[in-house]
Amino acid sequence: MKEKDILNLIIVGEVDHGKSTLIGRLLYDTGSIPEDRIKSIQEICQSFGKEMEFSFLVDHLKEEREKEMTIDTAQVFIKSKKRDYVIIDAPGHKEFIKNMLTGASQAEAGIIIVDANVGIGEQTQRHSFLLKLLGIKQIIVAVNKMDLVDFSEKKFNEIKSQFEKFLSQIKLPVSFFIPISAKEGDNVAERSKRTKWYKGETLIGALEKFPPAQPLSQKPFRFAVQDVYSFDEKEIIVGKVLSGEVKINQKGLALPSKRKIEIKSIEIFGEERKKAEAEESIGLTIKEKVFFDRGEVISDSENLPLLSSKFLAYIFWTSKNKANLEDEFLLSLGTQTVKAKFKEIRKRIDSATLKILEKNAKKIEENEVGEVVIETEKPIVFERFNFLPPLGRFVIFSQVQPEGGGIIISPLL
Amino acid sequence: MDYLRKLENKSIFIIREAKKLFENIALLWSIGKDSTTLLWLTRKAFFGKVPFPVIHIDTGFQFKEIYEFREKYAKEWKLNLIIAKNEKALKEGVNPKRGKLECCGKLKTEALKIVLEKYKFKALLLAIRRDEHGIRAKERYFSPRDENFKWDYENQPLEIWDQYKKEIKAGEHIRVHPLLHWREIDIWRYIKKENIPVVSLYFAKNGKRYRSIGCETCSSPVPSNAKNLDEIIKELETTKISERAGRAQDKERAYIMQKLRSLGYM
Repeated sequence: MKEKDILNLIIVGEVDHGKSTLIGRLLYDTGSIPEDRIKSIQEICQSFGKEMEFSFLVDHLKEEREKEMTIDTAQVFIKSKKRDYVIIDAPGHKEFIKNMLTGASQAEAGIIIVDANVGIGEQTQRHSFLLKLLGIKQIIVAVNKMDLVDFSEKKFNEIKSQFEKFLSQIKLPVSFFIPISAKEGDNVAERSKRTKWYKGETLIGALEKFPPAQPLSQKPFRFAVQDVYSFDEKEIIVGKVLSGEVKINQKGLALPSKRKIEIKSIEIFGEERKKAEAEESIGLTIKEKVFFDRGEVISDSENLPLLSSKFLAYIFWTSKNKANLEDEFLLSLGTQTVKAKFKEIRKRIDSATLKILEKNAKKIEENEVGEVVIETEKPIVFERFNFLPPLGRFVIFSQVQPEGGGIIISPLL
Repeated sequence: MDYLRKLENKSIFIIREAKKLFENIALLWSIGKDSTTLLWLTRKAFFGKVPFPVIHIDTGFQFKEIYEFREKYAKEWKLNLIIAKNEKALKEGVNPKRGKLECCGKLKTEALKIVLEKYKFKALLLAIRRDEHGIRAKERYFSPRDENFKWDYENQPLEIWDQYKKEIKAGEHIRVHPLLHWREIDIWRYIKKENIPVVSLYFAKNGKRYRSIGCETCSSPVPSNAKNLDEIIKELETTKISERAGRAQDKERAYIMQKLRSLGYM
């Protein structure tokens, strides 16, 4: 039997708008949930004196059941006829943004769920903005709880046009708007008889239309050096092909050291290989005898990445500790880690309303987005995020914790 | 690139990161299919070598097939094997009949604590997967534990874009989970593709096989006629029974697994 594609999918939205219920419904309708799990959930629901709750198929932590909310990013696995899905359920609470980001950073597509009875809320807008910043381009908006608004076309269109205004501001392209009831199953796996006015896809039908993620093999060759292993006189430079392809005898340039190199061999245990492609974790040996270290980026000598110690970026701050202008932190991009500072905070932005809170600010606080100028202690190798995401995004660390992430708009030097 | 290669490459990257970032690390080998796959990937990551110790938490209640497999492959793969056995608790008569929470706690979690104190490992590689259990779905690839092994799941670090927690406080260690994104069926497809050896308990005898292996005392086989890898894969493509259905610690009480994990269980 042929193995099916896997699509990583995130479901975001406000607390109580029905994310976990939708995932429970998807599990149930696609037959992806083992019978003993359904039985154990039914027993638990009975012990709480409740009806079968689909969301309990997802929310496993005791605290979640008690508080009835998703604390952290959970993952479930769904099989459909065309492909398999890994579904990431992101928490809807503001204080759990870092969990939402953790989940969403692994996704290739997103469902934004909106309660038809309540409409667009702040978290929905914030999550949408964060999906944009993460670079997720395949988006479905599911207008849920249509059963509570009598499957009203008018209500659906109201929400749709209100949300579209916001989405066009953040330039997040939405492929499908779908009226659903996760609780009752309308337009999830099967077309609903109660929304005859709706002619579009069901949720599963829409998902099946998304193509799988394309590896970055067509872009220029970039290889992030992770480590160097010495075995029996052989130095193997290990790392990840971020983009493009590498072949033996290919000439390249290592940055920031600016050393010219020529690839001697491609090392993958148990295999004889003449080339390797994007996303592979491989080893390389080179013809030159030079000392190599973590953080170098090997590229095609014809087509080089950017090298600078100053750039403009958007950052999102997930830490309870605020970020101050001129504070020193560590910036990790690919396998590079350097000391860095915010030299300017041009804009502090409310990540939900997009309101500019302050221009030329001195600090950024939790859950805010900033347009900032970052200066690194030493030059680093990068790309514009829009051109090559793996070299255009970074994470900011204080001593022991990751505090926020960012994407590079352009170099400044 | 086919999807198994994608999973493999991601895991190899994580294993190499763990070694580079934390240096003094070890791998937990339960000798089941998942941790044997992890060991296999580690050998691939380091070109045939396993450049750090491999810990087997030996409760004394395991299957004889497990012990035989351990001896055979520890030798063949030249492993630096550490056997973590809580002799003191065993002498005191800890056993599953006296209570599973105490037994798992003393013979697994406590045994690991003793080894960790002795060797001061900064990170441990573990073969848990998100699809095994709802609680495990909440995990990070690099997941910190405090000195009491406590998992602060309400306050986990941001983990995006191949950037993992790099530093730990004194007394903490990191649990590294390179197989987090694999599913049970992926493991079996990969075992077949790579021809990875696994203990015979996974294959059906007299209409039953083990799908998940813990201690002999607390694991039950599930009805199955899958006698080889192809039949196991076929079975998993259609089964409606969850993987850990034969594991007593999951079923006994609704929240026992969560309790065990918050106390430092794997």
